[in-house]
Amino acid sequence: MLNSNVPPGELSTKWTEYRSKMNLVAPGNKRRLEVIVVGTGLAGASAAATLGELGYNVKCFCFHDSPRRAHSIAAQGGINAAKNYQNDGDSIYRLFYDTIKGGDYRSRESNVHRLAEVSTEIIDQCVAQGVPFAREYGGLLANRSFGGVQVSRTFYARGQTGQQLLLGAYQSLSRQIANGNVKMYNRHEMLDLVKVDGKARGIITRNLLTGEIDRHAAHCVVMATGGYGNVYYLSTNAMGSNVSAGWRAVRRGALMANPCYVQIHPTCIPVSGEYQSKLTLMSESLRNDGRVWVPKSIEDAKAIQEGKKTGLDIAEEDRDYYLERRYPAFGNLVPRDVASRAAKVACDEGKGVSKTGLAVYLDFAAAIQRYGKSEALTQGIDNPSASAILKLGEDVVRKKYGNLFQMYEKITGENPYKMPMKIFPAVHYTMGGIWVDYNLETNVPGLFALGEANFSDHGANRLGASALMQGLADGYFVIPYTIGQFLSKEIRTPNISPDSAEFEQAEQDVRDRLAKLKAINGNQSVESFHRKLGKIIWEYCGMSRSEAGLNKAIGLVRDLRKEFYSDVYIPGELDEYNPELEKATRVADFLEMGEIMIVDALNRNESCGGHFREEYTSEEGEAKRNDADYTYVAAWEWDDDGNHKMHREDLEFKNVELKTRSYK
Amino acid sequence: MKLKLQVWRQKNKNAKGSLKLYNVEADEHMSFLEMLDVLNEQLISDKSDPIAFDHDCREGICGSCSLVIDGRPHGPQQGTTTCQLHMRHYKDGDTITIEPYRAKAFPIVKDLVTQRTAYDKIIQAGGYVSVNTGQAVDGNAIPIEGGIAAKAFDAATCIGCGACAAACPNGSAMLFTSAKIAHLSLLPQGQIEHKSRVRKMVAQMDKEGFGMCSNVGACEVDCPKEISTDNIARLNREYLSASLGAED
Ligand SMILES: Cc1cc2nc3c(=O)[nH]c(=O)nc-3n(C[C@H](O)[C@H](O)[C@H](O)COP(=O)(O)OP(=O)(O)OC[C@H]3O[C@@H](n4cnc5c(N)ncnc54)[C@H](O)[C@@H]3O)c2cc1C
Ligand code: SF4
Ligand code: FES
Repeated sequence: MLNSNVPPGELSTKWTEYRSKMNLVAPGNKRRLEVIVVGTGLAGASAAATLGELGYNVKCFCFHDSPRRAHSIAAQGGINAAKNYQNDGDSIYRLFYDTIKGGDYRSRESNVHRLAEVSTEIIDQCVAQGVPFAREYGGLLANRSFGGVQVSRTFYARGQTGQQLLLGAYQSLSRQIANGNVKMYNRHEMLDLVKVDGKARGIITRNLLTGEIDRHAAHCVVMATGGYGNVYYLSTNAMGSNVSAGWRAVRRGALMANPCYVQIHPTCIPVSGEYQSKLTLMSESLRNDGRVWVPKSIEDAKAIQEGKKTGLDIAEEDRDYYLERRYPAFGNLVPRDVASRAAKVACDEGKGVSKTGLAVYLDFAAAIQRYGKSEALTQGIDNPSASAILKLGEDVVRKKYGNLFQMYEKITGENPYKMPMKIFPAVHYTMGGIWVDYNLETNVPGLFALGEANFSDHGANRLGASALMQGLADGYFVIPYTIGQFLSKEIRTPNISPDSAEFEQAEQDVRDRLAKLKAINGNQSVESFHRKLGKIIWEYCGMSRSEAGLNKAIGLVRDLRKEFYSDVYIPGELDEYNPELEKATRVADFLEMGEIMIVDALNRNESCGGHFREEYTSEEGEAKRNDADYTYVAAWEWDDDGNHKMHREDLEFKNVELKTRSYK
Repeated sequence: MKLKLQVWRQKNKNAKGSLKLYNVEADEHMSFLEMLDVLNEQLISDKSDPIAFDHDCREGICGSCSLVIDGRPHGPQQGTTTCQLHMRHYKDGDTITIEPYRAKAFPIVKDLVTQRTAYDKIIQAGGYVSVNTGQAVDGNAIPIEGGIAAKAFDAATCIGCGACAAACPNGSAMLFTSAKIAHLSLLPQGQIEHKSRVRKMVAQMDKEGFGMCSNVGACEVDCPKEISTDNIARLNREYLSASLGAED
């Protein structure tokens, strides 16, 4: 049984009390303590900057050529905070409650409440850094709504919220780099974790420019290395996003928690061909105004698939706005897992609206009309013409979503102001991740995990605009305190030497692993293995899963792994800039990660959040949880022979009642 | 469609590079980078060296992609990064020349990959507001007029891709630097440090080996985020007043 180290006390005051009684590290000692931060996304950059400000000696790593290019840069829609600026009944409790419910009652109450508490400080901090959030006419901060909630608590910066928040954190990090508190290592990839006497004391990296293998020692290691969505090959993640840092930590004793909890985002641009390298998200914010539909009849859908009709040819009464029909209370703004499954159901019925039959419409025509009319009224235009309304309406929509519409048009070549967008679900986010306790410390002492890399706050499904919140909460407001619980015991530990036997062994392991990969010298490219893996996991461990399918998938993944180690071909040398080698080490780890996802999905005999098991559904086809047997976190230990061991953390709900999640 | 590609191949920083000719079969729905992926798969299956190029998000926001296509950073399309360029803009039989950025401050790593750390250094010199975590006041205590917020935002959308310096005959980083100066100095939060910021960032720009700005305007034309050269005018005004004024 895993100990989450949640401090005692009332939920609402626990964090404040804990923080006030925490062990501190005196300023003079901080200067002597070294911290490694791997990752410069929202979680890593905010952590490294803040730890630097506090006076710790920080070494920060990313595989990108600049810390500003971390995948967080791509987040579009927004960041949640319980500010209640809209006076619409929001509160810390409500954000807490929405997140617990949204996560389908599979997250840790105390962590989620802390997240809701610090959410408000995040907005203040970002504003102070100069993050240009959207503003109302009076100059105050604006909000919008995201799925799964009934208040407006999402702060945003056009469709580039992640970019602006990351630049804020990157600039703070840059200030710490300039004043010497943080030493930055760009284009360095962590290839192993080093433990000394059971504690995390360093990492082994490869300098991606030169191929040099280096040892880096510190008093503790913080990993903020992002999610593992690219197991599926096609996802909305950046091409380089990978699980290797986390997976290497698992192979050194950390645990992979709830790996089967994956978020499939309902609104992405559909796949167009075999050569497809990634999928592009259309922000959830679009569901504030876009209406999702498919034709009511299969005949109409067929005609569209064959190119004989378009969405515009389908009369209003022949359209099925299925989310509004099935979920009247939340309509188009149901949570992501619900919206994705509903799209799959529509397409499985043969009602898809693209050549492949794998797409549904997201339509802005009604919103353009509504905004056009209200804008005409505001501007005092009497009896506006239809074309004037259209123009005014399009202008409003352009102002709200302009860059998203532009992105859509660039990729598809279609104008979404005139034609309804075509969208389909795609892998987007991973709720599962490295197991951490309340302090964000893993079961390996001195190893911490932040941001999407950990499993902590979103249970079985994440609500929109909550990942940015969590990343920044972890980095700015949690780890700077909780790291002291570990480091206060280390003030007498001299600098860790990278010359110990443990470092030497870890370095040798890395060298052997790279040499082994290179020596295979087979005939298939790394990319081709990645594609094959992605297809298996998407088919059997994607939007819906079954026992038979999962059992089959395990065999397929194991066979593929064998094939990889006998037939992969990596061009170039080990000691030079070699992107194919980088990909190979990442795909090797994905090939193991994929297996643990399947194992976890097989173990969890229930449907919850992003994990939908076909055997466990209600009569209406909704997900059916099994609280009696599965109200726990499954944290996995890897075993090379396939006997992966599960560790449990039981989840206790003292402040909310476990209910069937309903958005009807 | 069948295409001919003239691609710059250079083994490493010190090697001599040259253009090499490749044939590739592309589909109009592919992105430009997916077309290069297809070529690379081909090269790998022939056991030859694939073409190295930087990329990550493939949706126009991370600033990694950085090709010079037929002489223009990010290619022919206005306001578009390389990764957002699609093959439907080309036709069967076209020949396309692909080269790396060429600017003194961006050394070539391999083939089409360059090192753009010099831009990070410019930000480190002063491209921030000096506020530690925990020191902030309530977000709504700093109201900002919509027009000003929008202008600051426009400048803040720079993705740090380096196309401006690559497009500039002088290899100047002025557009990039001025975008950050404008973003921060337009906002009340950035006002206090605005004089020292512009001095330090301009000095760093020189130190990194970027050239002088002589108002050619090529940067604005090739900037994928359509950052305006108005920002350069603002930088110049700020720089002048910062150099004339006393210490801040
Ligand atoms: C298209 C898209 C849109 C999104 N929109 C939203 C949104 O609107 N709101 C929201 O809340 N969330 C959104 N999300 C989710 C959110 O962006 C991510 O969950 C979050 O940004 C992850 O941040 P992170 O700091 O944990 O990791 P990342 O930003 O992924 O950063 C990972 C860092 O780790 C480094 N790294 C990784 N492995 C290694 C290694 N082995 N060695 C060295 N360095 C390494 C990388 O270089 C990088 O710096 C979106 C996600 C996507 C894909
Ligand atoms: S100003 Fe434009 S061209 Fe220059 S780095 Fe920024 S986005 Fe790229
Ligand atoms: S790959 Fe990110 S901007 Fe082109």
